[in-house]
Amino acid sequence: MEVAVKIKRFNRESGSGPYYEDFKVECDEHEMVLDALIKIREYQDQSLALRCSCRSAICGSCAMRVNGHAGLACNTKITDALARSDTIVVEPAGNTTVVKDLVVDAKPFWEKIGKVQPWLSPVGPTPDHEYIVDNADMLALNQVMGCIMCGACVSDCTVLEVDKRFLGPAALAKALRFAGDPRDGIQAERLQTLGQPGGIWDCTHCFECVQVCPKGVAPMDQILELRRKAVEQGFVNNNGARHAESLANSVKRSSWLDEKRLIVESYGFRNVGALLGLIPTALRSLLARKMPPLFHHKRPGADKVKRIFEKLESK
Amino acid sequence: MPQHDVLVIGAGLAGMRAAIEAHRHGANVAVVSKVHPVRSHSNAAQGGINAAMPEEGREDDWESHAFDTVKGSDYLGDQDAIEIMAREAPSDIIELEHMGVIFNRDERGRLGARSFGGASFARTFFVADITGQAILHVMYEQLMKAGIFVYEEWFVTSLIMLDGVCRGAVAMDMLSGRIEPIQAKAVIMASGGLGRVYEPSTNAMICTGDGIALAYNAGAPLMDMEMVQYHPTTLPANGALLSEAARGEGAYLINNEGERFMGNPRNPYYAPNKMELASRDVVSRAERVEIDAGRGVDGAILLDCRHLGKQKILERLSQIRELGIQFAGVDIVEEPIRIVPGMHYQMGGIKTDVDGATSIEGLYAAGECACISLHGGNRLGANSLLETVVFGRRAGLNAGQYASSVTQPVISNAVKSDEENRIQSILNRDPTSDPPAAIRLAMGQSMHNNVAVFRYEGGLKRSREDIAQLKERYAQASISDKGKVFNYNLISYLELGFMLDCAETIVAGAIERKESRGAHTRTDYPERDDENWLRHTLVTLKDGEPRMDFLPVTITRWQPQARTY
Repeated sequence: MEVAVKIKRFNRESGSGPYYEDFKVECDEHEMVLDALIKIREYQDQSLALRCSCRSAICGSCAMRVNGHAGLACNTKITDALARSDTIVVEPAGNTTVVKDLVVDAKPFWEKIGKVQPWLSPVGPTPDHEYIVDNADMLALNQVMGCIMCGACVSDCTVLEVDKRFLGPAALAKALRFAGDPRDGIQAERLQTLGQPGGIWDCTHCFECVQVCPKGVAPMDQILELRRKAVEQGFVNNNGARHAESLANSVKRSSWLDEKRLIVESYGFRNVGALLGLIPTALRSLLARKMPPLFHHKRPGADKVKRIFEKLESK
Repeated sequence: MPQHDVLVIGAGLAGMRAAIEAHRHGANVAVVSKVHPVRSHSNAAQGGINAAMPEEGREDDWESHAFDTVKGSDYLGDQDAIEIMAREAPSDIIELEHMGVIFNRDERGRLGARSFGGASFARTFFVADITGQAILHVMYEQLMKAGIFVYEEWFVTSLIMLDGVCRGAVAMDMLSGRIEPIQAKAVIMASGGLGRVYEPSTNAMICTGDGIALAYNAGAPLMDMEMVQYHPTTLPANGALLSEAARGEGAYLINNEGERFMGNPRNPYYAPNKMELASRDVVSRAERVEIDAGRGVDGAILLDCRHLGKQKILERLSQIRELGIQFAGVDIVEEPIRIVPGMHYQMGGIKTDVDGATSIEGLYAAGECACISLHGGNRLGANSLLETVVFGRRAGLNAGQYASSVTQPVISNAVKSDEENRIQSILNRDPTSDPPAAIRLAMGQSMHNNVAVFRYEGGLKRSREDIAQLKERYAQASISDKGKVFNYNLISYLELGFMLDCAETIVAGAIERKESRGAHTRTDYPERDDENWLRHTLVTLKDGEPRMDFLPVTITRWQPQARTY
């Protein structure tokens, strides 16, 4: 079948683009978007630049956007990509700087990976034999170990779009790979560091990374796991942990969210500077009639909600 | 001009392991790689890594591992090298575990193994079916920890040779197109395999035999290049690999009669004892016979995993299941999947000794590009990952020690300008309508048609002519992209040149070896001939042509016997 492919072109060297270029290419039904791109590069426009290697979703080279969403070109079926449109639109990965066509600057990605001390750090003498650990603990790490560092999650992360300091889903999933490894000896330090701004509490649970990850790593789930571990180990002296606690307490008390209290509790009562800084926001909400009610009342059925909490907490 | 004690070319497992070892011994090390280290093809090793680690409840010893490897090699492997590999395997696996590899455990929390083809005991240690990826990523973690510099996305175009001694490499920074000589007292070639010489192949697109051809062009002899492994379970659609782990966990191979043909004597390559877990060359031949006898299914054989059960498949073979669903539309939990033998691995390569030294002073080699020779005529599954760590380590140690004994020589600036001129003259060629991809496809198909599971002289000579003609076309072909930044057009052209050199040496070896041994099965010489051919083929570049020599096989304790499984 003849497939229409629209590729976003750019060349920093010659200054051309960005612009979209249309190609038509003959493909079989079982082929992937990468097969189409390779045919275009081999026989139509040999200057088309893209990274690709293994063709079986293991090397992580060919992450890019297909029809607006990040994924691996090598495991995106042409027929799937054509399910909702006549043309396959191929663009470079997002949240990066494009160098040429579909090739992006990978350096910032790896710099962030480097920030989570990405190697096992055992403490104490090394045994003569292997470390004795439960197979279940190893199997539990299979999911994060499945990460191939393709960067699809980073491409479509909505937090990174507005805050470049965020470590991002890939680096944080990598962090859990060590924070969840029973052989690692510095898990407390890891969890404490990850609680800082740019870390685990900056994720907004938008699910984009879970959606686009081609390997089922579900980075957001791993971030939530890191939060659980951090709270368990008592690393709660930060806005994120206080926010989570305040939210839970508010719902437990009244069955709905006390937004005023949430803000104050998240920043901390004694954080006068930050609280004063909120005054303009409060005024704007007031003028827009978005101010939460002055007095926060319980909602009907709040006792039932409380009982749910108590039941869960007793487990 | 940047200077290092040791320059490692290639950042797969062998290269990174070598770099870490040389660094540990105080050398200033750098790694140069045309892709980011974790994009390397070591990723693709799915099934596991072998070691004989005797344990309570696990009978095994290194001699058994060594013998299985010798037998698997069809007695062409050098037994001194194989002994070293089998003896040193356990400590290298333990080291990987200490580095952080999340190996599968048994119920006591100790390392737990699975069965693999051609092995007398279950001695394959694994991480689900992503063992290569799991080890590669951990090795990269260790590289970062050590702070070893990587020339990332730099493409090596030639070796720096000074009075017959290797003193570094000239490389192109793919981001800027800049050509830069990188000077080193010792170079370790760890550039991997050459799968793309064939079409189809299980190998990644980066497996273009660069290092093998670079060493060959610098005068290093290549050994046993005719020994090219066809893996028994690859997908017909695109050549993708389904790991031996499937058969290791108990999957069946069946023909269109629903029969496990590995047990039927009407197939001359049947294996009544090992069945599906005979060594790869044997199973590939048996499959080919079934298909050619009309007992296949649309030109393929069926791999049946259904009886393993969903839970085992999900826990241990999940990636294979994913590949089947994505590339063949078949869920192995529900139905058998069509597979064919497919080009997978190069047993031959740059001839080295057991410490990684090649015949050229200053040049070392490890991993798939090297031939020590461990695998002889046929590699056993899960011995290749092992080779990368054992012999990567040994090459790193040896190259580091050598580097500390010599001084940094003076390299002329002409090295840079000569290479710039050579590349520019390629870019300046008049445009032709013969893209490099068309030449590669013709080469790959010729090799797959004539230099595959079964070979004979007529076909081999046809391929020799094909390659010679393609080399002429290659010399005329032009590059349409004239840019400097990420010029993949130029890179793929240079890779094609390397591949054509590799193809020429494979065909030369295959024509020369007039017997059937391991992966090299000649229909015109169907028997193994120990009297005349218990020896390695050696091919060296002389006056632009491959010249053949021979070397005796090192036999320490296992005399050749008939090989049955």
